[in-house]
Amino acid sequence: MRLSCNYKSKLRSLTFFLILLFLAALALPAQAQESPYIVTYDHYLEEPGNLEIEYFSTFGTQRGGNAFHSYWAEFEYGATAWWTTEAYLDGQTTFGDSTIFTGFRWENRIRLLQREHFINPVLYLEYEQISGADKILKEDEGHDVEADYAAPNRLARQEHNHELEFKLLLSRTFKGWNIAENTLAAKNLTGGNPWEFGYAIGASRPLALKASPKRCTFCPENFIAGVEMYGGLGDRHSFGLHDTSHYLAPVVAWNLPSDWTLRLSPGFGLNDTSHRFLLRWGLSHEFSGFGSAIARLFGGH
Amino acid sequence: MPKPKTSLTLLLLALGVSTAQTAKVAPGPDNAVYAELTKAPQKAIARRNPLEQDPDAVAAGAKLFDLHCAECHGEMAQGGKKGPSLRAGEVQQATPGTLFWLLTNGVVRRGMPVWSKLPEPQRWQLVSYIKSLSPATKSDPDGQKAHP
Repeated sequence: MRLSCNYKSKLRSLTFFLILLFLAALALPAQAQESPYIVTYDHYLEEPGNLEIEYFSTFGTQRGGNAFHSYWAEFEYGATAWWTTEAYLDGQTTFGDSTIFTGFRWENRIRLLQREHFINPVLYLEYEQISGADKILKEDEGHDVEADYAAPNRLARQEHNHELEFKLLLSRTFKGWNIAENTLAAKNLTGGNPWEFGYAIGASRPLALKASPKRCTFCPENFIAGVEMYGGLGDRHSFGLHDTSHYLAPVVAWNLPSDWTLRLSPGFGLNDTSHRFLLRWGLSHEFSGFGSAIARLFGGH
Repeated sequence: MPKPKTSLTLLLLALGVSTAQTAKVAPGPDNAVYAELTKAPQKAIARRNPLEQDPDAVAAGAKLFDLHCAECHGEMAQGGKKGPSLRAGEVQQATPGTLFWLLTNGVVRRGMPVWSKLPEPQRWQLVSYIKSLSPATKSDPDGQKAHP
């Protein structure tokens, strides 16, 4: 694909801006208490003024196509205690094919209720501009099946998708267990595609509920384990669990005292139209006071 | 259909707006935050700290405070730019149940997030630590002379 000078210039500006964000945040570490989910969202937002930089990978095998390694970088910022905004950059390598940038996403999560309730709703709004070669499988929707990902990159990348995605995130934490359910509705603005739907559910719990009195790396409270299940729900014309993919994935997160969080999740396809196996892992670091540091940079308080 | 350059511009603009939003809403030490303590329901106020007799609770709470709270409330809980002092009379006179309720629910409109993502025992450990702090006085406004 040939890029125009303007587009290249914008890409350079974006890269510069992201490097600036990263450098500015380096001096501001904070301890995270992150959930282990990779697809499912609970109702907890980023603390206001904090920036979390995350990297995730998915390794997938494909029947009728080459295995792939997809990855995304995520910049999650707590704008307020009720609004978190995130930018994603996606890419993938298909073995025996090529490595390509596949697009970006801008996501917002808005807490709807001020206090904790029996169930806590959060509204999720996302705009994504990705190519047909995107394979991060951040969610399953509509009639997504394994065969959709088998096309060579040079063909798949010619498809351009501009998509709006809405989710209702419902979550509750009780006696250390977090239970979360997400319902997804997405509309591809390119062409006359129908509304598509999907779901994700998850449950997780720290290995210990009480904190130990000393800082430690291997304390059980630093580990959160659980399981998530996600898949498509068809589209407006054909709603349901059939002709789409579904996955079951154990998840574990390790919150290190050095402010890093590691996540690991082997995922297993539950039907013939799903990838047989997905291995996901992620690394994230949270930086506190990022908003204040930027405000100070521009003469604020 | 938005062009790529338009979308990138919008994305950068949105990130800028959200950063500015943080700077705008970050509250200073504010009596309005203390006023939230008075909104705790009776059932919550009456709850007792199940870790009151736990010899490790204060030390564990101090560790959790350092990890999650010190950035806003100050390393000695004396208050900071974003969060009020936890040594103030309003906090020290509140029941453990009230503090637990506030930790669980946050004061979202004033910038304090909900902390129910910490398991209940950890929230009680935090309450134990906060209650162990010496109250601020006129001669020792930060309450540091008798810090545990």
